[in-house]
Amino acid sequence: MENQIIISSFVIIPLVGFLLSLLISEKNEVMLSRMAFFTISLQLASILAYIGYWIIILRGKPVNISEFALYSHHDYEFLIDFYFDKVTAVYLFVGAFVTFLITRYSKYYLHLEEGYKRFFNSILFFYLAYNLTVLAGNFETLFIGWEMLGISSFLLIAFYRNRYLPVRNAVKVFSIYRIGDIGIILAMWASHHLWHENITFLKLNNEQFVIEHLSQHGGIGLFIALGILVAAAAKSAQLPFSSWLPRAMEGPTPSSAIFYGSLSVHFGVFLLLRTFPFWENQVTARILIGLLGLVTTLVAYPIARVQSSIKSQIAYASIAQIGIMFIEVALGLQVLALIHFAGNAFLRTYQLLVSPSVVAYMIRDQFYHFKPKEVTVEDTFPKRLEYSLFILSLKEWNLDVFMNKWVFSLIKKIGGKLDFLTPKNLLIYFLPAYGIGLFLYFHQEYLTEGIQEFIPGTFAFIGMMMVFKAFSERKYPRLAWMLVMANHFWIALAISFNETFDYKQILIYLSGVIVFGVLGYGILEYLRRKEPGFFDLNQYYGHVYEYRIQALVFLIATLGLMAFPISPTFIGVDLIFSHIREDQYLLAFFDSASFIIGGIALIRIYSRLFLGPHIKNYHEKALKSS
Amino acid sequence: MTPHVSSDLQHILHELGHFLPAQSPLKDFVHHNTLHAFQHLPFHEALQTTAENFGYKTYLSVESFRDLYAKNKINEDILDRVILSHKGPKEAAKWKDVLLHKKYKNQPEAIVGRLRIVWKNHHHVNLDKETHTTLFRMLGSYLDQGIAIWKFPVPSKGFVAAVRNLESNSFSSLFKSQRAKNFLLDPKTKLEDLLDILVGSKVYFRQYLFDQQFAHPGWSGMVAVLEHQPQSLLDKKTISLHDLIFIECLLEIDALDRRLGDNWDPLAKYLPEYLLPILTKTEEKEYYEVLKLWQEAFEWTYFDQVIRGLQLSHEQDLKKGETSFQAVFCIDDRCCSIRRYIERFAPDCQTFGTAGFFNIPFFFQPEHSKFMTKVCPAPVTPIHVIRESEAKLRHEKDSHFSKHTKGIFGGWAISQTMGFLSAAKMAKNIFRPGPTPAMVSSFSHMDPNGKLSIECKSPDQKYHGLQVGFTLEEMTNSLEGLLKGIGLVKDFAPLVYIFGHGASSVNNTHYAGYDCGACSGRAGSVNARVGAYFGNHPEVRKGLEERGISIPTTTQFVGGLHDTTRDEMEFYDLDVLTQDNVLRHQNNLQTFGIALDYNAKERSRRFDTIDSSQEAAKVHEKVKLRALSLFEPRPEWNHATNALCVIGKRENNKHLFLDKRAFLNSYDYGIDPEGNYLLNIVKAVAPVCGGINLEYYFSSVDNQRLGAGSKLPHNVMGLIGVANGLDGDLRPGLPKQMVNIHDPLRILITVEHFPDIVLKTIKTHDTTYEWFANEWVRLVAIHPKTKEAFLFKGGKFISYQPLARQIEKIQNLDELLVSTSENLPVYLLS
Repeated sequence: MENQIIISSFVIIPLVGFLLSLLISEKNEVMLSRMAFFTISLQLASILAYIGYWIIILRGKPVNISEFALYSHHDYEFLIDFYFDKVTAVYLFVGAFVTFLITRYSKYYLHLEEGYKRFFNSILFFYLAYNLTVLAGNFETLFIGWEMLGISSFLLIAFYRNRYLPVRNAVKVFSIYRIGDIGIILAMWASHHLWHENITFLKLNNEQFVIEHLSQHGGIGLFIALGILVAAAAKSAQLPFSSWLPRAMEGPTPSSAIFYGSLSVHFGVFLLLRTFPFWENQVTARILIGLLGLVTTLVAYPIARVQSSIKSQIAYASIAQIGIMFIEVALGLQVLALIHFAGNAFLRTYQLLVSPSVVAYMIRDQFYHFKPKEVTVEDTFPKRLEYSLFILSLKEWNLDVFMNKWVFSLIKKIGGKLDFLTPKNLLIYFLPAYGIGLFLYFHQEYLTEGIQEFIPGTFAFIGMMMVFKAFSERKYPRLAWMLVMANHFWIALAISFNETFDYKQILIYLSGVIVFGVLGYGILEYLRRKEPGFFDLNQYYGHVYEYRIQALVFLIATLGLMAFPISPTFIGVDLIFSHIREDQYLLAFFDSASFIIGGIALIRIYSRLFLGPHIKNYHEKALKSS
Repeated sequence: MTPHVSSDLQHILHELGHFLPAQSPLKDFVHHNTLHAFQHLPFHEALQTTAENFGYKTYLSVESFRDLYAKNKINEDILDRVILSHKGPKEAAKWKDVLLHKKYKNQPEAIVGRLRIVWKNHHHVNLDKETHTTLFRMLGSYLDQGIAIWKFPVPSKGFVAAVRNLESNSFSSLFKSQRAKNFLLDPKTKLEDLLDILVGSKVYFRQYLFDQQFAHPGWSGMVAVLEHQPQSLLDKKTISLHDLIFIECLLEIDALDRRLGDNWDPLAKYLPEYLLPILTKTEEKEYYEVLKLWQEAFEWTYFDQVIRGLQLSHEQDLKKGETSFQAVFCIDDRCCSIRRYIERFAPDCQTFGTAGFFNIPFFFQPEHSKFMTKVCPAPVTPIHVIRESEAKLRHEKDSHFSKHTKGIFGGWAISQTMGFLSAAKMAKNIFRPGPTPAMVSSFSHMDPNGKLSIECKSPDQKYHGLQVGFTLEEMTNSLEGLLKGIGLVKDFAPLVYIFGHGASSVNNTHYAGYDCGACSGRAGSVNARVGAYFGNHPEVRKGLEERGISIPTTTQFVGGLHDTTRDEMEFYDLDVLTQDNVLRHQNNLQTFGIALDYNAKERSRRFDTIDSSQEAAKVHEKVKLRALSLFEPRPEWNHATNALCVIGKRENNKHLFLDKRAFLNSYDYGIDPEGNYLLNIVKAVAPVCGGINLEYYFSSVDNQRLGAGSKLPHNVMGLIGVANGLDGDLRPGLPKQMVNIHDPLRILITVEHFPDIVLKTIKTHDTTYEWFANEWVRLVAIHPKTKEAFLFKGGKFISYQPLARQIEKIQNLDELLVSTSENLPVYLLS
């Protein structure tokens, strides 16, 4: 019982701190920084005490906190579950310690900065997400934290929301994070089918149990492992996702240090450590994970060497180290990976914090020790090889271009096929089509068996096309918004064909969509009337400068509509997945892609309308290139 | 290597280089007028021109002015007077209404950029997005001074040549299209050819290049500076604006080929019917008139009090007794308050101000160093070098900056071992800040116990073409100039201190801007020490005697350094002092100690994180810690709030409280009736103080475009500049954290001399005269006899009657200082 209270408090303390920090006035710098510092000090102290207790009294045995059902209905349950083992202990401690220092640091560093409150709110929100993820005892709980990490990351990168590059990069990083999340969603879906229950991480420690299940479903096992690997690679900036990490360094230096130097970027490693018992006996998975780490290290290393800016150099150096951690985990060297994680996190955080000092330090160093041209390893290569490698590294092995071309441009191209849609005619197409869908649902007797099998997939595909179009829309924000809403309706319909399930469940799923959808639509309509000349998705408009409240409300609506854990739709999404059958790979893929791309499309609407350089120029604003 | 370009294009490149921001690499950061290229225009006209053409905000916003007016920081009487003098009695009421009430919303887009945007509007190709990343990456790597571990592998023979060499010997390419690659590889390709393809018509080349380069003024400006000033890089690189543009055009062709296929027409085909050419003469507009009037009213609200205050001097009342010591400081505004405190705690002393290189221009070479560093104003090219020997190494290593941490195995080993040490270090630095190898300290500029080669052994012996040390004649000339310039030619006290100044900070990319501007962004310690050596040299004194300056044998000179961040002092060569003077010096040290405490306390009122109501010594300890704190973006306020430059006898401004806002230059019109020394002073003061002042002005009115924006997200690029994130352009100008409290006023220079002499003096030097004639700085002469004030306007001095009748006398300054962090008005000191 006391374990339950203490471990839950590791989530509750930051939650309370975060909520209280929202109430403090923007001008009250002292109160804001105190609230953050107090929250995290308290957390750090309790964590230290508990770790001591856990090692001495509990002898370091994993602790699982009995489940708490957020929602349960018939055979479906959404369970919140916490788990504490050595991985948790190390991550909790490193997180608390680094955040503790950074909060103190930022108290002074951000003095007089516009957005002081926003910064501390975001840090506390991030910290809450961090603890939730680290303490998660099952995939569902972990996924809540995972989603919150993505958003807090977006908010901190776009901290300078009136400039172009931070906003563009925030959207980019958010998108890549989310693409990686497809992996975790599919892994969750497949594991439902593998275990036929909400598997806790504790149970994965039961080797016998895992081997038994895997021997029956080898394919699913590998599928889950791959899903986890994709999610881990995206979060930890491994290939092919690496290029987001240096681009994330747009916020104030301490936030870059804590996020991208130490904590956030090591979540891929965390996910691997957490799920290690699951894929421990799958040799293919281990080889793949190790190989990915190895290749990433080999690619990131020369890129780090050619960087002429200090932060990107540290970023790529860190990516290379994380690649090695992947290898370590794959080899089963868990303890080593944990030590490596902690050391790397501290080292990079400090390096980023003192990065402005590099000018004075290096110039002095040169002043006393300058050598005109030092011979480097690469000079021993044949010239052609050296130059080729240099150009390649300078261009980051085209990783950024690769992501744009093969993921985002591709989606845009597909979405572009629906360019005939406008806000006016959308309902003309949507209502009849959806009507037919509903009609078929109530009169399934008309459907022959062969056709019925294809119906859910087809409808989910239509839904997916809607979000693709929403993602590629350039003209009409309201259209893009409605398309994402429409997508949820199609998905709901598609799943309904699968098996009859309760209207209540549909209601849970769609209630969030309707409430937040209407709210967001209202804001869009308001903004369109106020700023008819500056209302499309072709560029960034920065309306937050004049419409702060509306921007905030719209952000909340956006989160709700993308099924963020403030909306019942979040549980709905998990519910929906539980109704996708084991053999419906395509349906699962369409559904998860809709979920992911829908979220990106929504953040894109929010960013284009409200963030970026303000369109009006009666006040100072930065050049786009700065 | 001069590229072959037509004279037209050559002319455009030259013009472009002139208009781009001219900021040197960080290590040589020196304040200068951000809009120096427009100094040939009158101030307000230049501000309107640049605002309309480049989209800068060159004034505070109308709302901010109204806000200042509401808070009485712009005085209503002054405002009325300004409106009246510009608009006449008939229009005055109408204009006042406009100033106070008319709404001004959206202003038109800048003219620059309107031509090149056609690519985006017409072809939907965002060229900036397509080319900037690669271009910046190439430039950064090519110019890198020591961040990259694997440096640009091709020897530096010009940017185009290097890229060509790289590309022709590589399997991978910078370009996607073959055409761009072929153009690069063909050495006969000319810039005109590329522009022909892109633009099509020669008429538009100029505008196109302006649009292209002003899309990333940071990098372009850096290249333009380095083209003419390659010595700013320790690791030498050859680069020119031409080469940058050449590569950028190739990248543009490549992007267009990729996006539009091989067949696309040059831009000239799609231009809108009417395109406003860049930098044509501006027309008068109400909006800019309003801003101009507000600005003038804002300035004169303060200047009016200052002039009145200066008229209230009472030199004759100051008692003439024994002087306990004399101290020469830098003209710097940061010395304004420390001098006030020294005078307060040692009323029988005398202080002087002059440019902080003390009339001794030379290069300094510290021991163990590979380079020389200039310690005199930036425009001066010295012919002497002073070398240091027998000094200890002032340079520690910090493995956090080591390249091994970035390797595969090195990183692996280091992160698991030293990584944990980092955690400890980080915690220590956050809770108990202390010295680190990464910090910058003014005291490490020179080793006080090292030896300097001050005296020239033989003029023929050269070191890198420079004479080592000064000859007797040169020493005498230099000291004579110093002493006559500040008016210290008789009544020498037993001790004459010469104080250089410098600053300390950590985690500060702009550290060079905090040191002494008159020493090219270095500490003034060597100059002070050398100056004192000159003064103590018996032969030099003999020479001075012949020139009418008689220094008693009991008088001795002492060099020192004042660290303006930590408020600490250091003294040099004390072993030459006589027994008596050692005692006197001990005594003075106590005065200095108290003065430093109080100075730190006064400064602390502007530091929100320090409680300045505590005892001076306690506050001082906290102020010292700031300089060592990693997390402190404002170790000191540097020149923020500067607004004045007072040239005249200290006795005539000593009675005023000027709130650290004044550059104080000592000058005695009596020993310089013809204004010869005055010319030297204004020649230095106008560009140096004016430059500092205007850089602060522009960085605060448009911190985003003319300043560097917030420094918190800055990323160091190649050790030469800062940028935001990975893909950002370099950001010249001052960061927000340097200008938070600055009121953007032009500087008012007051000279205590007869107006006709001042007029004659400033007219003898054209470039200096331009500063005054175009009103980039304001000039007032105070008649030494009648105290009447004359404002320089339209080429002549006209009488100025201050509106302020009296200036309030302040009874308890210490209390007042603690009570507010705002700028304070002028007070009479009791």
